[in-house]
Amino acid sequence: MILIPCPYCGPRNSDEFAHWGEGGARPPVQDIGPAEWRAYLYIRRNRAGWTTETWFHRFGCARFFVAERNTVTNEVRTTRSVGSEAPPSASPEEG
Amino acid sequence: MGLLGHGLFQQDWPRAWRTTELKPQYDVVVIGAGVHGLATAYYLARNHGARQVAVLDKGYIGGGGSGRNTAIIRSNYLTPEGVRFYDRSVGLYRSLAAELNFNVMFAQRGHLTLAHNDSSLRTMRWRAEVNKLEGVQSEVISPADVKALVPQMDVSSGTRYPVLGALYHPPGGIIRHDAVNWGYARAADALGVEIHQNTEVLAISLDRGRVRGVNTSKGKVSAPVVVNCTAGWASLVAEMAGVSLPIVTHPLQAAVTEPVKMFLQAVVVSGSLHVYVSQTDRGELVFGASTDPYPSYSMRGSLEFTEELASHVLELMPGIAKLRVLRQWAGLCDITPDFSPIMGVTEVEGFLVDVGWGTYGFKAGPAAGESMAELVATGKTPELIAAFDLARFFEGRLVGERGAAAVGH
Repeated sequence: MILIPCPYCGPRNSDEFAHWGEGGARPPVQDIGPAEWRAYLYIRRNRAGWTTETWFHRFGCARFFVAERNTVTNEVRTTRSVGSEAPPSASPEEG
Repeated sequence: MGLLGHGLFQQDWPRAWRTTELKPQYDVVVIGAGVHGLATAYYLARNHGARQVAVLDKGYIGGGGSGRNTAIIRSNYLTPEGVRFYDRSVGLYRSLAAELNFNVMFAQRGHLTLAHNDSSLRTMRWRAEVNKLEGVQSEVISPADVKALVPQMDVSSGTRYPVLGALYHPPGGIIRHDAVNWGYARAADALGVEIHQNTEVLAISLDRGRVRGVNTSKGKVSAPVVVNCTAGWASLVAEMAGVSLPIVTHPLQAAVTEPVKMFLQAVVVSGSLHVYVSQTDRGELVFGASTDPYPSYSMRGSLEFTEELASHVLELMPGIAKLRVLRQWAGLCDITPDFSPIMGVTEVEGFLVDVGWGTYGFKAGPAAGESMAELVATGKTPELIAAFDLARFFEGRLVGERGAAAVGH
């Protein structure tokens, strides 16, 4: 069981949450072709190490938030509300 | 007689495969010494006469998914492409012990996928009809038939997840997965294939859009063809060649109990309860579950897995409540959007992939190896795997296997 610090509710067990996926902006639909759109739909970086991803507090506050998690150790470094700035100390894409 | 002598004194066992120095050049480099990599190398040597083939692995033979799966073999898939492909694999598995001169202990004990609600019963019917059209033995049976096959199962209507029927697939069964890995390794080695364990690929060198070789922890190797046969690390290895894959890696946990007298013949799978059970020849019950709910490269077991597993297994078979779990482990599953694998060429010339094997890679090993070997040797994608190319994700040709692969094995 990993603990995930929900930015709204504090630390909770991971089974309260749904993993929503890697973060990333949606490309403008009108400007791209089917291949680019499908790449956005399907291609994943699937990093081993620190990743920035979206989680959903399904059995809690029912809000989305951004988490920095290490996919090798499952350590969660920071969480923040969607749209807020990453803290300057964190460098999400390292290692 | 030789076997008896070695066994009595535990000495002078002949080596099953050689340990050699890494050469600076090969015709084909296969990354990953699991069943897929070893089978690819074996069929390259056996069917196509390739001699300069090296299989590289950062760990040891069969140390990844090939040694962590629950060893279930079946071909009762949902799409015609899937059924044909896995049926070829079952066919190769049937003759594998004779072919490799290695007892792989394939026991076709029958495979039951339980339906606990109307929609899964409908999917079972669909699968049965697709299977029959492809000539694969598969049929929907009643709860009474299930009870006759597995007397220990609670098929009464009073349970939380009542058994409404099952997809019965007689050719399905279990195998000894280590024996398959070792058998392929020994046979490939005998044909001249070099297997390099503890040899991690660190980078893949490219030149103008084509593969030149790999940099490993034991030095540089040049090769015109590099085949990515990894599971769990498929995205990371492909990224070395600049190829992006539609894969997310999830751990999948499994467990075995202490051994008991043989009572369970068939393999029992329940999609709704996220569990599958079989009994090995040694008497241990092997349990597997669905993948962990979030992606990770961690192979640590978790308590909630064991708790959930126990509660689900006891729903089906209350009689085994006193059995103790001996050990649990996890393996990494590369899940694709359509729950079908990715086999074939990539945009990098000479860099081939045999990846995205989700939770169904081991049962596919022989057919995937045979097909990949043919692709490497002839340059043409065999018909059997044509539907599973990487380009399908960009061209809208997904092969949706979720109904037959998401939980059941």
